Amino acid sequence: MVTYLDNNATTRTDPEVLAAMLPYLSELYGNPSSMHSFGGQAGAAIEAAREQVASLLGAEPTEIIFNSCGSEGNNTAIHAALAAQPEKRHIVTTAVEHPAILAVCKHLEKRGYTVTYLSVDGRGELDLLELEAAMTGGTALVTTMYANNETGVIFPVEQVGEIAKAYGATCHVDAVQAVGKVPINLATSTIDLLTLSGHKLHAPKGIGALYVRKGFRFRPFLLGGHQERGRRAGTHNVPGIVALGKAAELAQAHLAHVKREAELRDLLEYGILATIPDTVVNGGGAPRLPNTTNIGFKYIEGEAILFMLNREGICASSGSACTSGSLDPSHVLTAMGLPYTILHGSIRFSLSRYTTEAEIRQVLTVMPDIVERLRAMSPFNNDQAEWLQERDLAVAT
Amino acid sequence: MWDYSEKVLELFYNPINQGTIDDPAEPDVAVVFGEVGSIACGDALRLHLKIQPSTDSILDARFQTFGCTSAIASSSALTEIIKGRTLDEALHITNQDIADFLGGLPEAKMHCSVMGQEALEAAIYKYRGIEVEHHDDDEGTLVCACYGITEKKIRRAIAENDLTTVEQVTNYVKAGGGCGSCLANIEDLIVDAQESAETVRAAAELAVAREQRSQEAAAPTPLTNLQKITLIQQVIDKEVRPILIADGGDVSLHDVEGDRVLVKLQGACGSCASSTETLKYAIEAKLKDLVLPSLVVEAI
Repeated sequence: MVTYLDNNATTRTDPEVLAAMLPYLSELYGNPSSMHSFGGQAGAAIEAAREQVASLLGAEPTEIIFNSCGSEGNNTAIHAALAAQPEKRHIVTTAVEHPAILAVCKHLEKRGYTVTYLSVDGRGELDLLELEAAMTGGTALVTTMYANNETGVIFPVEQVGEIAKAYGATCHVDAVQAVGKVPINLATSTIDLLTLSGHKLHAPKGIGALYVRKGFRFRPFLLGGHQERGRRAGTHNVPGIVALGKAAELAQAHLAHVKREAELRDLLEYGILATIPDTVVNGGGAPRLPNTTNIGFKYIEGEAILFMLNREGICASSGSACTSGSLDPSHVLTAMGLPYTILHGSIRFSLSRYTTEAEIRQVLTVMPDIVERLRAMSPFNNDQAEWLQERDLAVAT
Repeated sequence: MWDYSEKVLELFYNPINQGTIDDPAEPDVAVVFGEVGSIACGDALRLHLKIQPSTDSILDARFQTFGCTSAIASSSALTEIIKGRTLDEALHITNQDIADFLGGLPEAKMHCSVMGQEALEAAIYKYRGIEVEHHDDDEGTLVCACYGITEKKIRRAIAENDLTTVEQVTNYVKAGGGCGSCLANIEDLIVDAQESAETVRAAAELAVAREQRSQEAAAPTPLTNLQKITLIQQVIDKEVRPILIADGGDVSLHDVEGDRVLVKLQGACGSCASSTETLKYAIEAKLKDLVLPSLVVEAI
């Protein structure tokens, strides 16, 4: 048995979701694009799933395009927005986006686009005045995440959308972490395009969706067949789509109980802060997802904490450099201007509707000892030491 | 999830020799520590040594490490390796020895073993009163500004670990892992190391061949003219020209008459007042060293 507190990485496929998709992996294998009624059965299942996803988002079924994952949704959205207004060459995004946004923006910079990366403050929040100042008549797209995957900090996407609209720019929101955790109603929204991913809300990996507001001049990213009304070629992933539909339905029902996740998250957070000195909640002062906490354990390194937790059967994640195999710590925590004492020693716990109080208590039981053991090994133990002064200055400027 | 060896996990979960060493203020015992890394870099190691001055050997070693699983395991391994060794022996320990002790490290974690080797060196240099700032690794051109890595440190890692790709260099010493603007420079250092290794190898092979012949004939057999000219050309191309070109000059081999090597100085060297010194020290010394001691270089 594992204590799985890494639900922002991926989630367990809900048993009901699995049951819903299984027939489409076995006897109902027809292709919805076929002209026979055997394929038509699959087609009907897809349309039912489209309604379920639309309902979760407060959208119309025709506004949903099924695709393969969040990265595809983000790539598609950016290219669609630029194709809709080809004369505009400016993009606004934030410094803390997922690589599926940042890598595309970096690529576009080489292709003649200008990109503004909005900063975040120490709590991980955007400054809307900075956004307003960045906007020009040549801005084609504003793309921001709904909620940050590492800290859970929620951005004011509706206000971002209003500003985008005022300048004639498309507003895209990467809502991969937010869908199913916060209520979303796109019917009364300023958002034009919105990305979601199945495996973050208890559907399997390999299925996602892109919301495209009715009337938006959409240009497809993937060309080929006429699937999804010509907006996304490729044979339908029928089992995945059915699974996403069911997962959306369950998520919608669960939204009424999401407060319980927040309570367990708070129990974990307060418990750690109360029993372990020199700990901080990164992004703690900002509005956050109910399931996410990112805690900095000063003077020790994140990967070492994860391996200690792993031995206890506890799954979490860290933005430390050593975890990713890169040499730089999390770009999100770095953008927040956090000191090095916290940057390398931060752990993200992300809960789900399956998380139990017993699991949280288990973490609270083992955590103090883990931190104490690693701190006993560390040559660092306070913020006043000489080795920090220079670096603090570097961060401050 | 990193694919760590059992030894790495064992030394991480149950580290040996963690902590510090108090100075017992006893005769013939010295306590010293050396440190590398910083909290900014994401890993740091403070290595404490208890040394017996009369035997110049390490009585005990302890570590304090801020870092990941493999950094902690590498530190613990290092302390096990060096206990009981003399300081001179300890200075010959390479990062590869630490990695071997651990049953290997993932490539991207090799810098943890390098950190161990560096802390050991720092502690010993400190004990011997050699200012760390004046130590080789801290001098020289800065190649990677993001991580403050010098050319000498990179050259050393390349040579000691037979590194052949830029990615390996990043894994071993972190250079190039930040903004990436020095990647081309690192590649140049690798090519350079490979070329000079070839020259040294060619010269060594020739020396061995000569040695064999001299043993057979009990008298040195001179190189054939062709061997000599080929070797001179090689040394000039790989050892001499890069240095001169860097200074805005150049040289080409004109002819070889017996032991007289006739060269043509070009560019800045041709008009340089110190061209005689260039001839004597840069070119002739190299050729005497690597080809034949009897060679004399003359400009035409």
